[in-house]
Amino acid sequence: MARTSPWVRLTLRTVVIVYLVLLVGWPVSLVVRATFTDGLTALRDALTDPTVVFSLKLTVSVALQATLLNTVFGVGISLLLVRTDFRGKRLLSALIDLPLSVSPVVVGLAIVLAYGPRGDWFGPWLTGAGVDVLFAPLGIVLATAFVSLPLVVREVVPVLEEIGTDEVQAARSLGANSLQTFWRITLPSIRWALVYGVVLTLARSLGEFGAVKIVSGNLEGRTQTATLLVEQRYHDFDHATAYAVAFLLAAVSVACITLVTYLRPAHGNAR
Amino acid sequence: MSIEVRNATKRFGDFVALDDVSVSIPTGQLTALLGPSGGGKSTLLRIIAGLETADSGSVSIEGRDATHEPAQKRNVGFVFQHYAAFKHMTVAKNVAFGLEIRKTPKEEIRERVDELLRLVHLQQFADRKPSQLSGGQRQRMALARALAVRPSVLLLDEPFGALDAKVRKELRDWLRHLHDEVPVTTVFVTHDQEEALEVADEIVVVNEGRVEQVGSPDDLYDAPANRFVMGFLGPVTELSGRLVRPHDVHVFTEPPAGLASTEGRVVRALRVGFEVRLDVALVGVPDAAPTTVTLTRAESRTLGAEAGSTVWLRPAPHALTLAV
Repeated sequence: MARTSPWVRLTLRTVVIVYLVLLVGWPVSLVVRATFTDGLTALRDALTDPTVVFSLKLTVSVALQATLLNTVFGVGISLLLVRTDFRGKRLLSALIDLPLSVSPVVVGLAIVLAYGPRGDWFGPWLTGAGVDVLFAPLGIVLATAFVSLPLVVREVVPVLEEIGTDEVQAARSLGANSLQTFWRITLPSIRWALVYGVVLTLARSLGEFGAVKIVSGNLEGRTQTATLLVEQRYHDFDHATAYAVAFLLAAVSVACITLVTYLRPAHGNAR
Repeated sequence: MSIEVRNATKRFGDFVALDDVSVSIPTGQLTALLGPSGGGKSTLLRIIAGLETADSGSVSIEGRDATHEPAQKRNVGFVFQHYAAFKHMTVAKNVAFGLEIRKTPKEEIRERVDELLRLVHLQQFADRKPSQLSGGQRQRMALARALAVRPSVLLLDEPFGALDAKVRKELRDWLRHLHDEVPVTTVFVTHDQEEALEVADEIVVVNEGRVEQVGSPDDLYDAPANRFVMGFLGPVTELSGRLVRPHDVHVFTEPPAGLASTEGRVVRALRVGFEVRLDVALVGVPDAAPTTVTLTRAESRTLGAEAGSTVWLRPAPHALTLAV
């Protein structure tokens, strides 16, 4: 490796550290400080407010459902992309990345158009069948799942590509059917990538705001998730509650990141 | 006949991997599918195993039509070039896999795994992961795993291809002995003619999607059906319009009295271990590639030919030659 002069190294380090502190560290620490200015009162008050508790429960429930959906479909899509060949495969692969590049607001609007009662045909049909998508938890789950769709796929696909199909073929020649091969061979081989993708999906789902705001209608105590509640309380000058809930969301994300960092080396060592 | 392949054709896009191939593989023998890379021998093996489907043609295993049977119903053992070890399982679990799938009672699995690990000399590695084994050990584990389910045929795809020369030779001898102990019908793919000649009871030479010749190692060596087979089973050289093996060429330093011979000049003399290789440029054919002759070191010393010497060449009496 080429030797860089100590001055260059020092400058680079300083720039990176200052950048991260200004952009991430300082603002987040202010949220923590704002939460605990009066000790634990802000947190305690927030957690006894039924609207806040409802929004937290809704957020967790939505995140879990969206993550479950994306885990099942993510693994399915990954297997399809890696192990089969079909026309339009590249197009599908590109489509999967779409949620990363499209603004969540657009996603929200798209869902309103597709599933809303004034939509083309599917929405009205659903409404007729008694299934509410808009202004209901189902719509929030859909919007959240859309936004976090690529995370599992993008973790699992490279690992599937790397392990190849020799082990699968060996299992087949030993008498295993597709399901047995999946449970006993494929799933154990991709488990760390899958865990990593699931944790990322969960973290992303807990924090989704834009798409959810549009499809949920932001009805307090009915369709208001934690992120929406933070925004509303902030605008209503209930800063203590806004900061407390924001702190809870940030704490869960930090926990997720810590978990992932802890899993990363295990992921590498497993192979 | 244990395995019958009839008129198998397989294309990958424009590439014809197998072109109307028919082969019968005898029961209880060790058969080699020998040929150059890309010649279709692995495709043929994978079609027998059901890991690949032929575009047309049929496969039957022990008299049962298997053409449309999926791999898991064929009861064949398959060994891959790169082991295909189940990395997250111990060696014992790897070997037990097929038996567990078949819902064999636990006690029976334990006994069978023990027996097989002893057979492949891996009993002390039962609780290790494949990553803790050497290449040769992994391949023996893969063999034990394939044999555990008592397959009707054992198929090996370049089983020693990923191993270094010394281990390859050891495993080759060991496979021969194993087959004598466990006489299951075995087919292995190789591009190494020495491996095929040494290990196999019968050799099927496959090239460009077709079978060139089928026979015992001696048949193939002594009576190759064509130039390709002769050239693939060992080095050949050209002498007065015929193909001949370099060790079947007699060298004289004087024109041999009463015998037809060809005059030439030694352009290169190369010693490789116990062998001496002479490249001889023949008089009258200046543009042709030189004829190669191999002598033992002792013969070469007696002859005294070196680079620059003039020599006379003729095929040895009874030497096998084919028209070019």
